[in-house]
Formats: sequence, structure tokens, C-alpha cells
Amino acid sequence: MFLINCPYCGERDQQEFKAGGEAHIERPKQPTELSDDEWAEYLFMRKNIKGVQFERWNHTHGCRKWFNMVRDTSNDEIKAIYKMGEKPPSQ
Amino acid sequence: MRNKYSVFSLIKNALSYHENWQRAWKDPAPKKEYDAVIVGGGGHGLATAYYLAKKHNMNNIAVVEKGWIGGGNTGRNTTIIRSNYLWDASAGLYDHALKIWEGLSQELNYNVMFSQRGVMNLAHNLQDVRDLKRRTHANRLNGIDAVYLSTEEVKKFCPIINTSPDIRYPVLGGTLQRRAGTARHDAVAWGYARGADAMGVDIIQNCEVKGIKRNGDSVEGIETTKGFIKTKKVGVVAAGHSSVIANMAGLRLPLESKPLQALVSEPVKPIIDTVVMSNAVHAYVSQSDKGELVIGAGTDDYVSYTQKGSHHIVEGTLNAILELYPIFSRMRMLRQWGGIVDICPDASPILSKTSIKGLYFNCGWGTGGFKATPGSGDLFAHTIANDEPHKLNAAFNLNRFVSGDLVDEHGAAAVAH
Repeated sequence: MFLINCPYCGERDQQEFKAGGEAHIERPKQPTELSDDEWAEYLFMRKNIKGVQFERWNHTHGCRKWFNMVRDTSNDEIKAIYKMGEKPPSQ
Repeated sequence: MRNKYSVFSLIKNALSYHENWQRAWKDPAPKKEYDAVIVGGGGHGLATAYYLAKKHNMNNIAVVEKGWIGGGNTGRNTTIIRSNYLWDASAGLYDHALKIWEGLSQELNYNVMFSQRGVMNLAHNLQDVRDLKRRTHANRLNGIDAVYLSTEEVKKFCPIINTSPDIRYPVLGGTLQRRAGTARHDAVAWGYARGADAMGVDIIQNCEVKGIKRNGDSVEGIETTKGFIKTKKVGVVAAGHSSVIANMAGLRLPLESKPLQALVSEPVKPIIDTVVMSNAVHAYVSQSDKGELVIGAGTDDYVSYTQKGSHHIVEGTLNAILELYPIFSRMRMLRQWGGIVDICPDASPILSKTSIKGLYFNCGWGTGGFKATPGSGDLFAHTIANDEPHKLNAAFNLNRFVSGDLVDEHGAAAVAH
């Protein structure tokens, strides 16, 4: 449990948000050309990093907008928050 | 030579004020090379080592554990054992484990306090009723004892449940598996450790894996905090940290690691003599032999390795507990903790070979791995020894995420994923 600084609403309780998993997983451009292995990679395989991870969150009980977060999963410390479409900060 | 635990050994040791009990397992330094190394000294890992030695004559093996034996999820779960899963593959897997549980204390010469006090799953809405009835029928077709109970029968089996129709989520019925129950989680780890050690398995604690050495597509050994260990077979049973080990080998797994919480109350006299689980309101409760209520809460929905969870998750669970059991309203909670669970997209485990020869993974047990400990160890040992899965764990391979042949057990997994 922690506070999240929503880029649209400001600092709010994490309970207002929904975690959306790993960020920057690109939707396949040519879905019909994908092999089963590539589909598995896209749909199921995750980095699940212990340490600094890039992820998506949604302010479900607020503005309902999606945004990105850089968070250390070993101590839940939030390193950066940036809007969808923006480039991730370099580490 | 390992002394056998018996009433005579108890009397003999009582005479020396219990100061001369033999160590239950040794504390060896790692050898240079083993035939196989198990990464992770929890219940599943120790059971794997035990069955590798016992059934497959692999005695030159080691278990490496970064902390201490049973200090991870083995000592953090709510000790529930049941096998009432929906699909045939899961029924086979979990009931295999339940059958081993039934004779485990005798086999290990270690009292794991297995208690078949029954597990009741409650239905709180019409869809729950339909799902639980369907699951009961599926269980019975697979030879698993399961009965569907009406609201009155639920009340009769566990009188302290509030079955009044005017609560927020009224009890509309439930299922009961009488062979299900609980066991003492620490004793399971200690019993398997003692049994494995007696057959020559080296149990190496405070030894963290730092890297996996590969030669092309084969495993050559592991780098640890106690040096390099050469081995051709590595079985990873690292629960919430499976992805961390997988990343060392350049593999990705379909897992997300999340905190799952549990808590216990102050000890009270016997009040609930079974295990009651409720998926819909996310609350399950049983009573330990010490008298504490053992309560399981839910997972946080974000990836975290912090072994602590959010307060509002516990609050939600206790709200539900209080509505179902008004008698607990003045109970005080003693301890709360979290464990990191590795959750698969289909809420089923992975017991599988990988694309790297000699590297095996036993993971993805998510929120409910404890119940499967003996079966998981037995089948994983078979998989490692023969380099082929046993027919009971063949469906739980990594390739199912490629083929699409998933084993969707979200309904039976009890804690909503």
C-alpha cells in the first residue's frame, strides 16, 4: 500500500488504482503472421522483475486514465510516473 | 545413523531433560559437484529431494536455500489441504498429493499433524451455486469425495456461520470435502528435510543462487553465495522468486509475483472444527491446534516482492469474516504477514522441463501450493530423474502457454487471482 501521484489528479491512495501489469509490451503489428511461440510470448510471458520495473496503472476510482509507472518491486518505491505515449525515463 | 522417533525415544530424552536430541539434519558445506541440485528449501523443494533419493536412488544431490528451511511460503500459508479442483488434470494432481498426505506422518516418522477435518466452500450467489454444483459433480466423476450442502446443512456442519438471508452476501449453500483438512506446515518442511538428510541429501541453508551456468543449451552448474556448484540437473522450486532464477538462465515464465496475506488471532478455546472458505467474499478461516484463528486474505493486484501486503486487503477480509461469523467480533488479531506467490495466467502450476537441458521448473502454485507439497515433490522428482514428466503432471508443462491447452482453475483456486 502506497501513495501514487496520478499525472492528472495528484497524490492519491493506491487503493484508488488498478495495476495493469508490465508496460511497453507492444501489440503485434501483424497478428496473422505470428507463430504460436510469439503469441505465447506476447500474451503470457512476463519479466516479473524483482527490482525496477516499468508498468501500467489505471486510476479506476478517479480520472480513469491510464499512465505508466517505474517502480522498484523489491521495496515498492515509485521512481517515476509518466503519461501514456511518453518515452520512459532512462534509468 | 538416524534415530527413530517413538514413545521410547521420547521417554529416553525426557530423562536427559530433552538436551540430547539428535540433530534432525546436518549443516554441510556444499560439495564441488552433485548429480542434481534443487533450488529452494521449502516444502516442495525438500519433498522433491526426498523422493529423488527415495524413489529414484539419487543420493548425491543437494537442496540450496537462500534463507532457512521452511522460512518462505511453507511457513506462511494457511495450511489448507484439499483436492476438489474442477478439471481432470488438476483432480489427478491434487488428489495424488492428498493420498500421500494420508500416510505421510508414518512414512516420514514425523508428525505433520495432518487433520482431515473437512473443507467447506461457500456459495453466496446463484452463479456460485451453479459453479460449486458443477465442481461437485466433476469431483465425484474423478473419484474425489465431495458433497453439495444446502444452507441448513452448512449451518449444521458449522453452527457459528451466520446463514441469515439478510446479510450482504447470504450463504446459499456450499460444498464439503471431508478428506480435506490441514497439516502443520513447519513440520512438513522439517519432516521432509530430516527424511532427505537421512538418505544423504545435503541441505545447504543461507546459500543463495546468483547465476545459472550454461553450456549452450545445457546446464553446467549454479553460482551461489557459497561458491560454484557443478551439476547437470537443476530443479528450481523457488515460488515467488521463480522468475528471478529464470531470468538468470535467460528464460521468461508466464508468472507474476504478488503479496498474499494471512493473519492469526489470539488463541481461544475450540470454536471452529473445520476449514471454511469463501471465494466470493474472499475470506477463509480455520483454527490451529494452538487455538488461533488462521485467516487467509487476498493478493494485492500489483507485482511486489516485499512480503507485506496492503492494509485494505486485510480489512476487506475481516469485514467478510465478521459478517459470516458475528461471534468473532471482539477477537483480537495477533500477527499479520505476507508471502510472495507466483501466479500463472490459468491459476495452475508448472511442473516442467524447459528449453534448456537439465533445467526444470516447479512453480506457479500461486495462492494454493501447500496442499500439493507431497504430490508436487513426488512428480517433480520423477520429472527430473527421468527427464520426462509423469502422466499426472504432463498437462502442467510450460508448453501449454504456446499450445493454448490451459488448465483454467480460477474457480477452484479459492483466492481470486
